[in-house]
Amino acid sequence: MSTPLLSMRGIDKRFAGVPALLAASLEVGRGEVHALIGQNGAGKSTLIKILTGYYTRDAGEILFDGAPVSFATPAAAQAAGISTIYQEINLVPYRSVTENICLGRESRRFGLLDWRAMHREAETLLARFNVHVDVRRPVMTYSTAVQQMVAIARAIGFKAKLVIMDEPTSSLDEQEVGVLFDVIRQLKAAGVSVIFVSHKLDELYVVCDAVTIMRDGRTVRVAPMSEVSKLDLVTTMLGRRLEATEHRTAAAAASGRGDQDGALLRVRDLAAGRKVREVSLDVRPGEIVGLAGLLGSGRTETARVIFGADQGESGTVALSGSSGTIKEPAEAIRSGMGFLSEDRKLEGIVPAMSVRENLTLALMPHLARRGIVDEARSREIVDRFIQRLGIKCAGPEQRIRELSGGNQQKVLLARWLCMNPRLLILDEPTRGIDVGAKAEILNLVRELADQGLGVLMISSELEEVIEAASRIFVLRDGRTVADLQGDAIGEPAIMAAMAHGHRERAEEAMNG
Amino acid sequence: MRALAPQAVRSLSRHGVLLALVALVAFGFVRYENFLGSYNVLSVLRYNAMFALVALGMAYVIMTGGIDLSVGSTAALGSVVSALLSPYGVLPGLLGGVAAGLAVGLVNALVITRLNILPFIATLATMLAASGCALLLAGNQSVSVSYESGFTELGQGDLLGFPVPAWIAALAYVAGSLALNLTAWGRTVLAVGGNEDATRMMGLPAERVKASTYLLSGGLSGLAGVILAAQFGAGQPIEGVGWELFAIASVVVGGTLLTGGVGSVGSTLAGVLLLGLIFNILNFENGLGWISLSAYWQSVIRGAFLLLVVAIQARLTARTEAAS
Amino acid sequence: MAEIAAPARPASRSLRFDWKRFLSRYGALVALVLLILFNLAVTPNFATWQTLNVNLTQVCAIVIVGVGMTLVIATGGIDLSVGSLMAIAGALAPLIFMGRIVSMPHLYAGVALAFVIPVLVAGAFGWFNGWLITRLRIQPIIATLVLFIAGRGIAQVMTNGNLQVFKVEEFQYIGLGRLFAVPFQAVLMGVIVIGAAWTLRRTVFGRQILAIGGNERAARLSGVPVVSVKRRVYAISGLLSGIAGLIVIARNSASDANLVGLGMELDAIAAVAVGGTLLTGGRATIVGTLLGALIIQLVRYTLLANGVPDAAALVVKAAIIVLAVWLQRQNLS
Repeated sequence: MSTPLLSMRGIDKRFAGVPALLAASLEVGRGEVHALIGQNGAGKSTLIKILTGYYTRDAGEILFDGAPVSFATPAAAQAAGISTIYQEINLVPYRSVTENICLGRESRRFGLLDWRAMHREAETLLARFNVHVDVRRPVMTYSTAVQQMVAIARAIGFKAKLVIMDEPTSSLDEQEVGVLFDVIRQLKAAGVSVIFVSHKLDELYVVCDAVTIMRDGRTVRVAPMSEVSKLDLVTTMLGRRLEATEHRTAAAAASGRGDQDGALLRVRDLAAGRKVREVSLDVRPGEIVGLAGLLGSGRTETARVIFGADQGESGTVALSGSSGTIKEPAEAIRSGMGFLSEDRKLEGIVPAMSVRENLTLALMPHLARRGIVDEARSREIVDRFIQRLGIKCAGPEQRIRELSGGNQQKVLLARWLCMNPRLLILDEPTRGIDVGAKAEILNLVRELADQGLGVLMISSELEEVIEAASRIFVLRDGRTVADLQGDAIGEPAIMAAMAHGHRERAEEAMNG
Repeated sequence: MRALAPQAVRSLSRHGVLLALVALVAFGFVRYENFLGSYNVLSVLRYNAMFALVALGMAYVIMTGGIDLSVGSTAALGSVVSALLSPYGVLPGLLGGVAAGLAVGLVNALVITRLNILPFIATLATMLAASGCALLLAGNQSVSVSYESGFTELGQGDLLGFPVPAWIAALAYVAGSLALNLTAWGRTVLAVGGNEDATRMMGLPAERVKASTYLLSGGLSGLAGVILAAQFGAGQPIEGVGWELFAIASVVVGGTLLTGGVGSVGSTLAGVLLLGLIFNILNFENGLGWISLSAYWQSVIRGAFLLLVVAIQARLTARTEAAS
Repeated sequence: MAEIAAPARPASRSLRFDWKRFLSRYGALVALVLLILFNLAVTPNFATWQTLNVNLTQVCAIVIVGVGMTLVIATGGIDLSVGSLMAIAGALAPLIFMGRIVSMPHLYAGVALAFVIPVLVAGAFGWFNGWLITRLRIQPIIATLVLFIAGRGIAQVMTNGNLQVFKVEEFQYIGLGRLFAVPFQAVLMGVIVIGAAWTLRRTVFGRQILAIGGNERAARLSGVPVVSVKRRVYAISGLLSGIAGLIVIARNSASDANLVGLGMELDAIAAVAVGGTLLTGGRATIVGTLLGALIIQLVRYTLLANGVPDAAALVVKAAIIVLAVWLQRQNLS
């Protein structure tokens, strides 16, 4: 058996006294596609960052291609043959495709850059993945999938021996994922090893040879892919038996939801910009409505228009009990809406503020008398919600950025719940959250729906949507192509709608 | 206005400046006698050469996403040092001024990259320090330049019919443009401004490149100070006030994004000429006698011009953002 | 103590005395105390009313402008136009009470108007800044750069660059008067500082300012009226600049549009930075700005009183700014 390409052993790392890695290890063979999985906080990214020179380890040894190494900078790791493709595509947006591929390894003529040679090289590299684009244009003008190919092309150009891919499929649609897997197979055939970090367990079985599972900063299991089942993976990651999640049949969910005609939210033929073309949907009080669709189908954009964060160009958005168009989030909030946005770091939390201040951010005007905040009332409300949602924090004054993703999400959810909304829009409410917190949040949402709250839930995880929603609208390229209720709800129907679209059926359902 | 792609916006801003410049020149040519006469053209070039140098350095710094508020004081310091060294000849005066500028640039580079302080604050501090040093060296007054050593040729002389300062600036711009487009260093400057993190992850020497832009800016400002001293016959420790903002305005008017990552050397030059011409045109207009606007009006007009350009730019970018 | 309008940190788990953290929270106060002690020991005639007066009067204008600057910076913006707005207010006031625009029937009417109108005009220009930033979506540094360039020009055009000299006690009370032996401008400064600090801490408006600076998108999605808050904040900065402008010309008995407020934006920003407010927004301390201005002023005084040339004081000021900001950053990590 040949020596492994990469061997990391006994790696320790602490941040400000708190251990992130405890004797962690990772071994990757030559030409092997190796999965690295674990919950958020298990230590995967820390381990990778130590390997690639972003952090320095406190203890342990790393052997790469037979020799002990210690990379002080990402440049050193790259020079040695280790390339990383990050989840947030780390390319330089305004720069051309060529530059993103060639910078650091430029071709020169008489000491000055030889653009023609570089453009040609970029085109050749991308052609291997069947990507043919104008390499002179800024890379940001292309889709995420193409950008990812550019990142991989860069890695290959740099003669990488090991390519690390961090959540590479999170922004890709099914077709693009297929292309990516082909590329990975190509890399493998060429003798390049791949470390594949992902939350999506199904994918691992398609393309990976072996898996390393981490938990709480330790490596807890290493095995060939063929010897572990999905359930094994989950139980090892969590360290406990997973209780069967409460599974409500779609039929049960759709029954007895009170007044069938009284729609809380009625959207008809909404259009806005390029992403929203012709969207129609309904939400009734006490109903959880799922909004499914591929990446780029316009779900978040639709939600933003409904909430007044963006302007609609044509069509109607009618919220029962209020008249007039909603032009600003403040108006939507006054009408009884809430909106949990997709990216809590970018649009959700105010990092420097406390849990209490974040929680009461939307509620503030109601907590004030003549402009002055009523501290006692705010404290009381915050304590109540911390308890109710089980938010783990050192206290309401703790800075929110110190909380884990799941707890931050709970605070944001509480921000809306304390407003007693009639309609709550949730955009990917369980993204980037560990399995335990996910279940808690979904159960909470169900509870609230039972009490009369109308919920519009956007989610890319089909399983989640099917479980929770009693009605699902499917969007494709900015249009509503399916309206599924009751027995019609199921993975095949949704996927078919996403793939082919069934406009006629959707129209019938809306007007019938 | 319909939505435009980002490159289109940049093209438009860049060509917009050129168009505006051409329009302004045409206006001047039509309206005033001798506007395009050699005396006026050469005077304008001679006078604005120093601002052009400062703007070039500023453009590089802004392209990396930073800013350099110390350029004015650095120029003042450069003018004082070169004036003090002028009795020893052209070369000592020239080198002394540039070296003083490089020293300030070095301090900026270190404070920003090693101490990790925001460029705005760091260069604010060096602006004060450079000003203080200039005053100390000059003894709180202007320092006369020596006329015997030939130092004043740098500011007042001509070479092949063109003012020496204009030659110096032209050379700097040509070199600057070549460097930006045809060297890895230049491309890295733009990359750093576009996404510093990614640039670092790509293994490129982001810190070193950033540091080098501050060095460059300092050196060019020092050079501008040398020309200032040579042109006006004295090193002036309190000159340079407001230069940094004129430079920023020129760079922005030229279409470079303040956030960095996008920019061009040529359009910066256009921006400098545009803003510089306003002063010139004002003088001519006064000369016509129809209106009598004091020199104070030039500030108002410059401000209004900046506003116009920036408003248009903002409109165009907003449209493209909305559309994408 | 430096009232930082941001939540308290959780108790540090380590038992060692974290001097870096201590300094970054109370550093400004410590520095000030040290400076005072040093001067008491070394500088002759330090502990006199006169010294206190001299230092206070130098500082008042900077602090008043600094308060406005703190609020603007707290929203994540910046205001470079403050000096020019001071010049405009300073140019307008004498024109009004000396009857040069419209002849005044009565001195008191003239003086009263000379207080009100220039400040309102400065506030209106501030509102204009806010409008540029919110409606035209221009970056604050560029938007306020416009008035920085044009504003002083407007003041110069109004007065044709001429010096306006006057001696009107009723007007000059704002700069030269005293209230129970304390300079009136210091009282004014105190009132403004207390008012602003309280607003930032306890009112919805203050909380909204900090939210916008902390995460503008989140704030908007949570119903915070971002546009309105920003415009108000820049208007306030304008109003305060106007007041500072009046104080300065009252103190000098003269108004020179070329000089009033020159360099004030940098002094204000320096005071804000040294005082502990984050320059990227989201965390602010009004009292810190006061301390920052006092420290800078006291250092200058210390050097001057001990024979160091003024120019050297500039270098020292620069070093203090860098030190203060560097300490601030240590607190963040």
